[in-house]
Amino acid sequence: MSEPSITIIRSTSRSSLSTWCACLIALALLALTPGLADADDELRKVAVADPYLEMRTGPGRGYPIFHVADRGESVEIVMQRTDWYLVRAANGTEGWVDQAEMELTLNPDGSEVDFARATLRDFTNAKWEAGILAGDFGGANILSLYGGYSLNPYVSVEVWGSQILGNFSNGWMGSVNVVHEAFPDWRVSPFFTLGAGVIHTSPKSTIIQGDDRTDRVGHVGAGVRVYATRQFLFRIEYKSYVVFTSRDENEEVREWKAGFAFFF
Amino acid sequence: MESRFRVLFLITLVIVLSGCAATKNLFGIGDDEAPPPTAEPPGQVIDPQVERREIKEPAIDREDFEVGAFTGIMSIEDFGSDLVYGVRLAYHLTEGFFVEGSIGQSEAGLTSFESLSGGARLFSDRTLTYYNLNLGYNILPGEVFVGEGRAYNTNFYLIAGLGSTRFADDDRFTVNFGAGFRFLLTDSIAFHVDFRDHLFDIDILGKEKTSHNLEGTVGVTVFF
Repeated sequence: MSEPSITIIRSTSRSSLSTWCACLIALALLALTPGLADADDELRKVAVADPYLEMRTGPGRGYPIFHVADRGESVEIVMQRTDWYLVRAANGTEGWVDQAEMELTLNPDGSEVDFARATLRDFTNAKWEAGILAGDFGGANILSLYGGYSLNPYVSVEVWGSQILGNFSNGWMGSVNVVHEAFPDWRVSPFFTLGAGVIHTSPKSTIIQGDDRTDRVGHVGAGVRVYATRQFLFRIEYKSYVVFTSRDENEEVREWKAGFAFFF
Repeated sequence: MESRFRVLFLITLVIVLSGCAATKNLFGIGDDEAPPPTAEPPGQVIDPQVERREIKEPAIDREDFEVGAFTGIMSIEDFGSDLVYGVRLAYHLTEGFFVEGSIGQSEAGLTSFESLSGGARLFSDRTLTYYNLNLGYNILPGEVFVGEGRAYNTNFYLIAGLGSTRFADDDRFTVNFGAGFRFLLTDSIAFHVDFRDHLFDIDILGKEKTSHNLEGTVGVTVFF
């Protein structure tokens, strides 16, 4: 059996994995270090305004309440995970408190605390967005990651990276597009999009015929962004691609994708 | 004679006074004199000397990300079982849901055909590399008790997602699903036990089929 040309990629895949591993391990170490350094930092303090503040053994509704901080007691916020706060009571006991209960505490100056949580307004006005979508690209499977920046509530610019996995060929695609939302303040916000990019396809190794190709693509599309909760949204879209091939005819590909994203 | 003494006395006095003045200015204590007491405006009884404090609340440390490494055994259908290792990054959306990305690598052994035939190999690169993007749900949060005095938080979660596996010279669209157990040693460090099935189509042995590739791993993660 002849050595397929794709084996060249093999070595890069290995090295890229080890690089990824190294990066993530470094990230883990970095994550640990500030955790240790943070221990000496000043923690935010709030005072209990309700008759008591219930502290649970874990960050979830089912965990039992094992300690209560009394009214007037000052507690320190050690950390936050999703909607739960790890607080340290005056006697050093640490426990998890629900966001709804934390909202009822007071700042040291007596004002009410406000733990900002993203709302529909942020859905409209947030600057950055990133997400994952998957779907069908002309009969092949497609997995996409994207990041976007809003120039204003109506217009944003996005960068996409996709992997295409088909029965006969595989490939990747990178593109840049502009998105226009006509009603950005709606919970279900429709949009139009226009963009251009590059597509690379290589036939599967079991198919003898065919070469690797890199072509330019242009696309138009439409879809909806649906605000879910907090800083999350669902996104469904259709795009029609034109692949500018070096052959006589251009290729047209239809794409359907769905996925979720978050804004910040 | 008397006038000469007077002149001398005056010169000395001028020098000394100017010297004093110069010294005072030199050391910057000349302006230290108390300002003349200002007349209190009539009617104001208390003069509040306290300035309004600008309170800047310290930021709360958010720990929604979880990063870690895992290792275990992966059974590649028709190609035997071998060591698998990789890294994971998760983001906790709510107390229930989390998204996770994983990258892993394993090595394929020989099929029975390859072992029996002697030298012939179906393909040369025996490395299997995969990545996947998953959505997980902590379906059974709880606690475990170690001895009488210790309790640790745990989560039993279900997880599923999509990705790609590079195996036998091709990238293959892969669906994976499974379940895992997260044991929180502290609020920020966790041990994992995971079982996943990776499904992808393969036609390397003639007929195209969907292969099940079971993976069992243990791992350590850190929240940040």
